[in-house]
Amino acid sequence: MKLNQLSIIEVQKGLRRRVFSSLDLVNSCIQRINQVEPKIKSFVTLCDKEALESAKKADQLLKDGSREDKPFLGIPFSVKDNFCTKGIKTTASANILKDYVPPYSATVINKLLEAGAIIMGKTNMDAWAHGSSTETSDFFTTHNPWDISKLPGGSSGGSAASIAADEVIASVGSETAGSIRQPSSWCGTVGLKPTYGRVSRYGIIAMGSSVDSPGPITKTVSDAALVLNIIAGNDGLDATASPKKVADYLRNINKPIKNLKIGYSEKYFQVAEKEVAQKVRVSLKIFEKLGAQIKEIKLFDPQYAIAVYTILQRSEVSSNLGRYDGIRYGLDRTHFGEEAKRRIMLGTYCLSAGYYDAYYLKALKVRTIICRDFERAFSEVDLIVGPTSPSTALPLGSSKNHPMFGEVADVLVEPSTIAGLPGLNINCGFSNGGLPIGMQIIGPQFAEKLVLNAGYLFEQSTPDLKIKPKI
Amino acid sequence: MIGPMDKLTPEQVKNIAKLAKLELNDIEVKKFGKQLSETISYVDKLNEIDTSNIDPTNQVSGLKNVFREDIIKPSLDLSDVISPGNHTTGGYFKVKLILNKNK
Repeated sequence: MKLNQLSIIEVQKGLRRRVFSSLDLVNSCIQRINQVEPKIKSFVTLCDKEALESAKKADQLLKDGSREDKPFLGIPFSVKDNFCTKGIKTTASANILKDYVPPYSATVINKLLEAGAIIMGKTNMDAWAHGSSTETSDFFTTHNPWDISKLPGGSSGGSAASIAADEVIASVGSETAGSIRQPSSWCGTVGLKPTYGRVSRYGIIAMGSSVDSPGPITKTVSDAALVLNIIAGNDGLDATASPKKVADYLRNINKPIKNLKIGYSEKYFQVAEKEVAQKVRVSLKIFEKLGAQIKEIKLFDPQYAIAVYTILQRSEVSSNLGRYDGIRYGLDRTHFGEEAKRRIMLGTYCLSAGYYDAYYLKALKVRTIICRDFERAFSEVDLIVGPTSPSTALPLGSSKNHPMFGEVADVLVEPSTIAGLPGLNINCGFSNGGLPIGMQIIGPQFAEKLVLNAGYLFEQSTPDLKIKPKI
Repeated sequence: MIGPMDKLTPEQVKNIAKLAKLELNDIEVKKFGKQLSETISYVDKLNEIDTSNIDPTNQVSGLKNVFREDIIKPSLDLSDVISPGNHTTGGYFKVKLILNKNK
């Protein structure tokens, strides 16, 4: 195995035992990036020079001891380009922000840097995170490492592709509805959307403020737990970040799940393509073998969640993008791309006098019904399992001229997003065409520990799925 | 009010654009008019759900009235605040003329 292919946990061991240095590791990632970037295009901005400098400093610190206080010391990360990074261009893949250099870093970034992480670069995304394909980036499209004629999904498509192609060791993305889980599903990575409020949104370019949730995209479930350990928690800068105590998500991650009740809804399987549904059904059997009790449950039709999400997201977008007036941040409003304009327009309409009650308020009420529906479901079962995306990665160009492409691609993650629940994507098989198929594990609010626990045991039971794309 | 299945007229599309401070060309007005009408018909699906006795959920964090101490901290450096993408002059943001505009 090459160094760039390792997981965080493997890298931690290697660095501590001095098997290799952080400089070796960063060089290995740079080499891989140089090799695959022309085909994949995960990155909007690369920070090679700074990364090499940071690696040398990390190696100095590592010489002095194992540095338990800096668990990510010397480990290369990629970061979605909507996280503000002080002194590093932060564009949200949008023309308006193409030259924007933030004066401060997002809380997630500060936490990663304090833990010793090295930022290798900023990853491509749908512009402003508006989409599920990464082809609405104002700059270029990212390609899926499993098949470069396919989309990586989105909006955190660059982050997921950078992990699938082993360009870095771990990544952080953000999800409003599907933006972590769906690209993870299409790229075969582990992606965790935490509970809304578990991770601070401070310094992340706002999209749908009542749903935005930053989270890890990694190679293994343990790595996702480790990253969450670092980035979770209240920072006093995001009033919706929860003051609840942050658990140690890695501790007891291998706890047996005997008698755990796992629910599934036929409605979710009906929406998915045959091949996808079939692999997730096989996965339920694996959970059964692990000792879980599988139970069919009824869930509110996910199709309604599309409508709720569309209204809420567009409305919040129209408000959040109001600040781009060409004065404080980059270019003026004539530089918005088509997707952003379309979303601002619909949101403005939904919030305008005479329509607010019919659209925004109505959506907020149906949101209450969806939240209650999940509360009822979680009184019957501990976790819910289903397909993450109805399909495997779609061909390049699929999102063009489809004003609701993302909503349809994300139909199975929207209900849990609307209710602010945590969800983990994990690869559960491959299609006949060799594309990854993702399964999601959804838990009640703040049940990340249980979600990761179940995901970890599934991952350990399916070692044959741990293959790498040939690129 | 527009009924659920009605198409947005070009005038309405232009009015929404004006509210959102977006400038649209004629092709965009036509295209967005069609696409927005489609999306609106889709979300009208929500009318199938009875919400007569349901309260709205604005956010799901369960937190209320989050306060903090008002502490004075050093401000950011001017050189940090001004990004290379900003139009500035002498440490000030440059803005377009908004008064005396013959509009």
